[in-house]
Amino acid sequence: MTNPLTVTNPPTAAETPKMTAPPKAKKLLKPLIVALVLVALGLAPLLGASVYTMVVLTTVLGYALLAISMDLVAGNAGLLTLCHAAYAGVGAYASLLVARQFTQNGLVQLVAAIVVAAGVAALTGWIAVRATKTYFLMLSLAIGELLHILAVQWKEVTGGDNGLSAGSSIELVPGSPVVFTGIVYWVAFAVFLVFAGIVLLVVRSPFGSALRGIRDNEARMRGLGYPTPLYKYSVWILSGGVAGAAGWIMTVQLPRFIAPSQLSFHMAGLMLLAVVIGGLGSMWGACIAAAAIVIVQDVIGQDLGGRGPLLLGLLFVIAVYLLPRGLAGIRLRRSKEVV
Amino acid sequence: MPVGSLLLNGIASGLLLFMMAVGLTIVFGLLDVLNLAHGAFFLSGAYLGYRFAGEATASWGSFTLALLAAIVVGALMGGALMLLTRPLVGRGHLDQALLTLGLSLVVTELLLEIFGRNDHAVAAPTGLDGSVEIFGGAYPVYRLAVIAVGAVVAIVVWYALERTSAGALIRATVADREMVEAIGIDVRKVTTVTFMLASALALVAGVLSGPIKGATAGLGNEILLLALAVIVIGGMGSVIGTLIGSLLIGIVQNLGAVLLPQFSSFLLFGAMVLVIVFRPQGLFPTAAAVER
Repeated sequence: MTNPLTVTNPPTAAETPKMTAPPKAKKLLKPLIVALVLVALGLAPLLGASVYTMVVLTTVLGYALLAISMDLVAGNAGLLTLCHAAYAGVGAYASLLVARQFTQNGLVQLVAAIVVAAGVAALTGWIAVRATKTYFLMLSLAIGELLHILAVQWKEVTGGDNGLSAGSSIELVPGSPVVFTGIVYWVAFAVFLVFAGIVLLVVRSPFGSALRGIRDNEARMRGLGYPTPLYKYSVWILSGGVAGAAGWIMTVQLPRFIAPSQLSFHMAGLMLLAVVIGGLGSMWGACIAAAAIVIVQDVIGQDLGGRGPLLLGLLFVIAVYLLPRGLAGIRLRRSKEVV
Repeated sequence: MPVGSLLLNGIASGLLLFMMAVGLTIVFGLLDVLNLAHGAFFLSGAYLGYRFAGEATASWGSFTLALLAAIVVGALMGGALMLLTRPLVGRGHLDQALLTLGLSLVVTELLLEIFGRNDHAVAAPTGLDGSVEIFGGAYPVYRLAVIAVGAVVAIVVWYALERTSAGALIRATVADREMVEAIGIDVRKVTTVTFMLASALALVAGVLSGPIKGATAGLGNEILLLALAVIVIGGMGSVIGTLIGSLLIGIVQNLGAVLLPQFSSFLLFGAMVLVIVFRPQGLFPTAAAVER
């Protein structure tokens, strides 16, 4: 029986033999484009981006990092997760609670977001990585929903359906809140770069190769002596921590607000689709797709009078037919390449 | 509210859930794809009920019309979705999940576009809109009618799948598609017809649930999550398992909402986690389901 809803080989890896390595110019093209986009993003506050634009860009960075964290487990370890939106939500709640109770220091809040999200991932992940195929998807759905319900019901801590807000800006130096949206954006951008870099290093390390081996043939990897559950469990915790950082970025701009709907099945499904549309195992594809989803939902959707989901649905349907290998498969690439 | 009434509520919503989940689980077995648009189908039924039966009072004629419309529209939607998945044959299951989720967003948004974003009530047909005295309290007649209809549907579905040759064909296709193809049966025809029937059943369940739950935007996702839980708990592809799972979840939800309001929502997904961890084949697996 084939595995429902599970892709043992990501679409990009499906056709190896025909393709030869692209010429050197082509090889340089992608890093060049990525560098240009990053520079443009870094300079955005100086290029006259409005406060609104910078707030939206910060949110985009948050969701892009969430997509990266999901791609780390989905694209490399083959764990199609519906948990990570909830982990990001946990990180956001943790950072806002620290802001309300203890300190305005943004970095302390960031550490809290990462530690708590990674901790929740550690608590829930040991169940998750034992299941396979459709059962894993269902299990991750159930775990995500449990966290979502917890956010709704634990009113004393989370504020229930009303959500939770911190209301005051972060501080980097004690006593002086960062009031400029552009500087908060830069801080968020730096955090994004650091964590995207960490994920990139992990993906390119021997550990990352081992994960892809597990994705493609877990039994063989076990036969080779790899403790596969341990590998899956550690990458799960790592990506949970990255998702927590993403949650911090999502709520770092004023009004610093989080609502339980951020943890919902709807959000988890959208983000998983972003990762799939981006092309499993492609970090930049996941980022672009996540950015597109945020912009369609929050920006264009507003202009269309709240019809964002309709547009999003149409885009999904079109993407299925026109992008069989995701955004990453648009032009011919070396197969098996990761990033 | 007395426990007896809560139990009846649970059975009523459990049977509606069954009508929705059984289609989902059979289609999953046939096509190896989770139809995430199934919740939107259910929602379409609820809005059809609102459109034909109205909010205040409904005649038998208009309610029957709503049910007939649900069957026709449901079959058409199922057929259309089947056609849409045709180009995706041989591609990953994720692509099909992507397609059905996209369609579910589109259908839901179109419904809200047509009928407005406000919540709507749906009227029960005259004669069923009153209440009777049971367990020392008033109980809506309509829910008793839903229990009766739901029980009949459950028996018919079970009989059709387990005791007729058409049902045997469907089960055989679930178990071994290639073998069925090899003996000269057009598997696509089998899956298309099954898909159409399953979708029609989801819309009918939506119409029937209208007078209880109304027609509201979030209903589709809510019911889809419940149905997924039912499938996991009951065992994929198992009719009896789906029925027992549906009733269990319906009753636990209704009793829990009153007896343990803090924990009732955790119960459902907590149970789902426990079942997957300790009994991944479901509580009532079928032979075909065990293989997965």
